[in-house]
Amino acid sequence: MNGTHGPGTALAGSPASTGSPGDGSAPGYLAGRTLPLMVEVVRQFKRRRTLVMFGLLLALPWILVIAFKVGAGSGQPGNTLRISDLATEGGLNFAAFALSVSASFLLVVAVALFCGDTVASEASWSSLRYLLAAPIPRDRLLRQKLIVAMGYSAAAVICLPLMALLAGTLAFGWNDVRVPGTGETIAALEVLPRFGVVILYALISQFVVAALAFLLSAGTDSPLGAVGGAVGLVIVSSILQAVEALGSLREFLPTFWNTAWLDALAPQPDYSGMLKGVAVSVTYSAILIAFAFRRFRRKDVVS
Amino acid sequence: MKLARGPATWVAVVTVLVVGVATWLLWPSAPSVRAQDQRIAVLDGPQDDQQVTLDASFFPPAGGGRAPAVLLAHGFGGSKQSVRDAAVRLAQEGYAVLTWSARGFGRSTGQIALNSPDYEVKDVRQLVDWMARRPEVQLDAAGDPRLGIAGGSYGGAIALMAAAHDSRIDAIVPQVTWHDLADALFPNATGQGPQNGVFKRMWAGLFFSRGGPAPEAGVAAALGGAARPTRSAPPLNAQEVRCGRFLPAICDMYQQVAETGRPTQSAVETLRRSSPISVPGKIRIPTLLLQGQRDSLFPLGQADANARAIAATGVPVGVAWFDGGHDGGNGEVDWLHEQTLGWFDRHLKKTTGGETVNSPFTVTRDGGRDPGTRRPVQLHATSGGYPGLSGTGQTSVPLGGPEQKVANPPGGSPASISAVPGFGGLTSGVGNLNVSVDMAGQSADFDSAPLTAPLQVTGSSTVKVRVRSEPGAASGAGGEKAGPGEVTLFAKLYDVAGDTQAPILPEGLAAPVRIALPEGGAGEATVSLPAIDHRFDAGHRLRVTFTTTDLGYSTPVTPAVYTVGLAAPAVTVPTDTTLRAPSTGPAWWIWALPLASVVVAAALVLSGRRRRRDDHDPDLDAVPLRINGLTKAYSNGELAVNDLSFTVEHGQVLGLLGPNGAGKTTTMRMLMGLIHPDAGEIRIFGHRIVPGAPVLSRLGSFVEGPGFLPHMSGRANLELYWKATGRPTQDAHFAEALEIAGLGGALERAVRTYSQGMRQRLAIAQAMLGLPDLLVLDEPANGLDPPQIREMRKVLIAYAARGRTVIVSSHLLAEVEQTCSHVVVMHRGRLITAGPVSDLLSGRTAANGSGTRLEDVFLDLIGENA
Repeated sequence: MNGTHGPGTALAGSPASTGSPGDGSAPGYLAGRTLPLMVEVVRQFKRRRTLVMFGLLLALPWILVIAFKVGAGSGQPGNTLRISDLATEGGLNFAAFALSVSASFLLVVAVALFCGDTVASEASWSSLRYLLAAPIPRDRLLRQKLIVAMGYSAAAVICLPLMALLAGTLAFGWNDVRVPGTGETIAALEVLPRFGVVILYALISQFVVAALAFLLSAGTDSPLGAVGGAVGLVIVSSILQAVEALGSLREFLPTFWNTAWLDALAPQPDYSGMLKGVAVSVTYSAILIAFAFRRFRRKDVVS
Repeated sequence: MKLARGPATWVAVVTVLVVGVATWLLWPSAPSVRAQDQRIAVLDGPQDDQQVTLDASFFPPAGGGRAPAVLLAHGFGGSKQSVRDAAVRLAQEGYAVLTWSARGFGRSTGQIALNSPDYEVKDVRQLVDWMARRPEVQLDAAGDPRLGIAGGSYGGAIALMAAAHDSRIDAIVPQVTWHDLADALFPNATGQGPQNGVFKRMWAGLFFSRGGPAPEAGVAAALGGAARPTRSAPPLNAQEVRCGRFLPAICDMYQQVAETGRPTQSAVETLRRSSPISVPGKIRIPTLLLQGQRDSLFPLGQADANARAIAATGVPVGVAWFDGGHDGGNGEVDWLHEQTLGWFDRHLKKTTGGETVNSPFTVTRDGGRDPGTRRPVQLHATSGGYPGLSGTGQTSVPLGGPEQKVANPPGGSPASISAVPGFGGLTSGVGNLNVSVDMAGQSADFDSAPLTAPLQVTGSSTVKVRVRSEPGAASGAGGEKAGPGEVTLFAKLYDVAGDTQAPILPEGLAAPVRIALPEGGAGEATVSLPAIDHRFDAGHRLRVTFTTTDLGYSTPVTPAVYTVGLAAPAVTVPTDTTLRAPSTGPAWWIWALPLASVVVAAALVLSGRRRRRDDHDPDLDAVPLRINGLTKAYSNGELAVNDLSFTVEHGQVLGLLGPNGAGKTTTMRMLMGLIHPDAGEIRIFGHRIVPGAPVLSRLGSFVEGPGFLPHMSGRANLELYWKATGRPTQDAHFAEALEIAGLGGALERAVRTYSQGMRQRLAIAQAMLGLPDLLVLDEPANGLDPPQIREMRKVLIAYAARGRTVIVSSHLLAEVEQTCSHVVVMHRGRLITAGPVSDLLSGRTAANGSGTRLEDVFLDLIGENA
């Protein structure tokens, strides 16, 4: 369509030889090489929502630091020490505080965004059909997208407490941890490995959100629907877990154990709640992801 | 397409849910229980000549028939209404329940005699008579109902007292009550008895004031006094103001001891007549004693004395220390109900088998926090035997500290605080709120070394103390109660965590002691510290503190100074190693659930897997496309494509024609493996098309508009797309494709800034990446201007001339006529005709007799050419 060149020159070459491999594919095509992870990482990274979300997660600790500096001394601790009363005790305390205020919603939204948006946005851009016709086998497309989305989610969950640790240490110093409630002190070096466990647990407890968002993403053309659906589930689950009348049934709500990581920062760490949380999280996410694959495989792609 | 069944499915699911929940809500969960109000006339008094009418409520058993009976007694200051909920719950479990307002309370007549055998006990005996006459009540013998009594505090004591005086009672569950009311109000932790005890001033005051005039009015209002506002109470006379509804004898006794702070012999006798201590060996029925750990009025020692006295008769006795009591705490209402019900089931209904809910000894401990609500939870440690307050074993923990001087402030003020009687409700919501304050100069502390291992104290620790009066400091002549030769101290056992934290006084309990001091010498005593169940963590210290004052007690007003030291430098703490908390180890489902879910997930994934066998027909290797019997239905059953069959040969430029809704796009989607056909097959170069079939790599497609990542440039889009195919970069022929796109500098701009035509051209270029053997283009001319259309035509013809094959769907019939060598015409999902364009045109020419255009033929074919 460029007038200076004739069609003949533009389309030099002859059709690919029919002596292609036994599966009839074009030379050089191997299903196992389609959609390399790096390609998917690049495709997702330059998106505005990815950058904005990471920017927010990395900026939040600094915003909190400023908030604490500005409001210093105005808060009177009550009878019991809350985690927010202790945020300015030191870097580790501050990081625990930052995690506690963001885990219940901000990180949920971040994870739901990365996992819920990944397939649904391709569907809404119509690019999904060209990827599938490339052809990228459906299972492989889903697998690669799941790995990359999980990777972004993990990066989101990890970068916030690490940045909070940095910001808190610069602002409030590298001090021992004071435990909420009793105000006991634990040596910083003793807590550091436990802090790693906390971050890992925070990550695992987001698996359910990730898996649900991913399942919804594989089934809808609307990225907002997938993200909103997953966040909605978390909200409903959080409401239900406040109903003590449900008794031990609540233990099986996907969000019930989300704050169990606080037990790891007690003077005597108690990991039983976290173990249960991991069990519940893995249970839900395995089944949800299996459903995602099953559904996507059988789906008629009409977007 | 299956999703379109969605709305109906969703409506069905929601309907089932709503109906299910509504049914569940409306289903009669528990049989309803209707209370029958009764006025029961009884005769009591030492001569059985005083008429009293008791206001009672009878709750028939929910199951009907004759059932064991339960009398539910209320606490001090309450009425039958206070135990209504508990009565309903028991009646629902199949007991005939009677609640009543004790004499002097609620709307019952008479005066309060403090559970006296002459008054309240006789009332209860006649209530038992009354129950024996009820047709709903199961009888052991004529006039002897199968009957248990439960109640808390004042009501717990009447259960014990009635059990001692009426052999027809079969089981009792007294809660938070006393063994010796004199000892409870005049405790002395040296074990010298109430005659020498320290007056529990605040509690006694609250206790006796609750029988006064004010609560009566309050209860009357609660009972609907507002409905009869005209009946204004007559002004109270002096006696009523002074004694309220107390029996004058009781009132006089209290006034006397409260004034002096010293019990008289007659007061002790009066109080003991109302106490189980006066009826040793006479309670010979199964008894479950539920005592609160947070109780400075009736501490655990009272239940311990009851347990020992009753167990001595050889009957089963259960003891539970729960999180509650007169000072607050959780209260554990549901758990107490379970325990009460379990005890009556076993000893009244005689149910056997199954798990017994009661243990000989149960202790409520802190179970950490509920992970969902972050609120404290309880766990219940049980043991097969009740060891008493000295535990199953003792540990001696060395204490250090020099002799210390402590002062008794003049007037006993300011006073140290251990617990604040009557304000239990304030602290109940806050787990370990520590209100304990020791005034400076009034306390002597003796600390242990930090513990090397956690120490769980269950029971009453003992410590030996030695006290000397400092000569000169004590001004002698004690005002009203400080005998010159004695000292009043309050012993406390603190849990000291470290310097960062205030010491914790477990349950806010203090043990008052009064030690006789010989003239000029030192007094020694073994002090039993308050009975507690508390875990001292490793690294914590035990601290025994003696203070001279306590807010809750009456202390000497005379200033004095004493020297306090330890007679033996150790505290003996009781432990109970047989107490076992229910297993808190990893629940079975921690392993089972994830494993099961992984298995289910694997089954879900593997069972849904379509066979990956490559269905290849070698005869069709050279045929770019053969469609055979292809059928696809919309969700409503209408056929989008109906038994479509045609073949496209090498080198053809095929036009796919048809009006809107003819099924062209659906066919193309099936061609790309995006939609599963309902029937028939598509073969490209002999390979059957399934989703993701490798042969699709030889197909280039542009269907229903472009699809790009809007945030990336045109060039990045094409490059990433090619990388996504995983094929070598040199096979892409980017240069050729980009020439077709003809975007020039716009190639570096983000796609979201492109016009419709630019995206269209970029999409066609993407379809041509890798120069596929079969190119499928859906409406490629949309959005192109005439020169571009002309260029496109050349491109496609040239493309096919090289031995490749092109399929174009279009509405522009003139364009198709000029570009395509062959056409396939579809209408309503069916194939109308297929063949070379020239055949189509020439056939029509012959029939029509004049030169014709494809447009006329087309309209003819689809039957629109009227």
